[in-house]
Amino acid sequence: MTQKRNTPLLVLTVLSGLLLLVALYLALLGAPSANLQSETGRYAQRIIYFHIATAWVGFLAFFVTFVGGVGYLRTQRRTWDIVALASAEIGTVFMLGVLVSGSIWAKPAWGVWWVWDERLTISLIQFLVYLGYLMLRSTVEDPARRARFAAVYGIVAFISVPINFIAIRLWRTQHPLMFGTEEGGLAPGMMFAFFFCLITFTIWYVALMWHRIRLEQLRDDVAALKERVLG
Amino acid sequence: MTYLRKVGAIVWKDVVAELRTKEMFSAMFVFAVLVIVIFTFAFQLRVSGERVREVTPGALWVAFVFAGILGLNRAFVLEKDRGCLEGLLLAPVDHTAIYFGKLASTMIFMLVVEAVTLPVFTAFLGVSLFDPALLLVIVLGTFGFAGVGTILSAMTAQTRAREVLLPILLLPVVAPVLIAAVRATAGILDGLPLSDLAVWLRLLVAFDVIYPAVAFMVFDYVVKE
Repeated sequence: MTQKRNTPLLVLTVLSGLLLLVALYLALLGAPSANLQSETGRYAQRIIYFHIATAWVGFLAFFVTFVGGVGYLRTQRRTWDIVALASAEIGTVFMLGVLVSGSIWAKPAWGVWWVWDERLTISLIQFLVYLGYLMLRSTVEDPARRARFAAVYGIVAFISVPINFIAIRLWRTQHPLMFGTEEGGLAPGMMFAFFFCLITFTIWYVALMWHRIRLEQLRDDVAALKERVLG
Repeated sequence: MTYLRKVGAIVWKDVVAELRTKEMFSAMFVFAVLVIVIFTFAFQLRVSGERVREVTPGALWVAFVFAGILGLNRAFVLEKDRGCLEGLLLAPVDHTAIYFGKLASTMIFMLVVEAVTLPVFTAFLGVSLFDPALLLVIVLGTFGFAGVGTILSAMTAQTRAREVLLPILLLPVVAPVLIAAVRATAGILDGLPLSDLAVWLRLLVAFDVIYPAVAFMVFDYVVKE
């Protein structure tokens, strides 16, 4: 039975909240402005701190889903399935964040809401893959089979990341390069803000994972209790 | 019985069943033709003359992929409906033989449909599509598509959503096949030498090796009860 009060989790949640506030300050005010011509460009550039950190968590989450899938197939233990599920849900939300923040950035930077840039495209495809993952889970009733199918698709989907990336990169480089690299090296102050955001988002991800895993375990407990009392 | 003969037996069963009903083949063929008709309607509003050549590779592969999804959907739903899958699983064969059998029969159906559809495309679009290099691209692309499609179809056939779910799971994963196949087809239609297209062919071959290998490892988990 999962304990009712979970102090470490509470601490981690508060900590990630505070770190996020600091990260927000660093991203919006703390970090030096980029060496860009237009004022809009300088402001827009500040989205990269959160944008890239979000993308990092998105792909990290899918890696964890893959690991959870492999773990489940090897051991048939429910815990692995819960890890995979929790990570896929969180990863999908973060991936949506990547797409939205990427679009918000693309508008002032490139003048359009969307470009078929390799990184945006791979993010979109991975987002769609994991929507499929969640749909697959919702259409299988038997828990053991659901876990097995999800694990198999999680593995297939994760392997598709590098292949898709290579294919899209080859496809894009065969076109004239429309836009230069967007980072062009980060100044020391930017570097700090950048890594601070990266670490903060990772901690935030761990906190979210913990919450989601706990929620799923509580659900299992409730289901078991129901079974015992009513069945 | 050797492994290959077991695979062969499954392919034989599928081909005989198909020859008797002709359900899947006719549906896939008519659908592929319909896709091209719809494409022509949609494109004629903007694309004409020489520029038809530019949209041909895309239209061709969209037709193949959609027709292929139709075929893949039937591959396991057919087995599931009358409990044939349980029968197959009870047979004293390695479960992966079922995967490779289904992969081979899906390949056969798709290739036959593609072979019959190509002349229709040639006539409708006015672009000659008979080229041995194109044949190679079609075989490689179809194999990659069927390789990952077969294992996903084995899963979706056992879910509540069935037919609806397969394209959603399959299309993002086969995106590299589509990109490489369309690129290679376009190159061939433009008359580029095969060496210029090596990068796309290599990508197709890599895909063709990776996914059947993954499926070989995990197929057991998809079919076992």
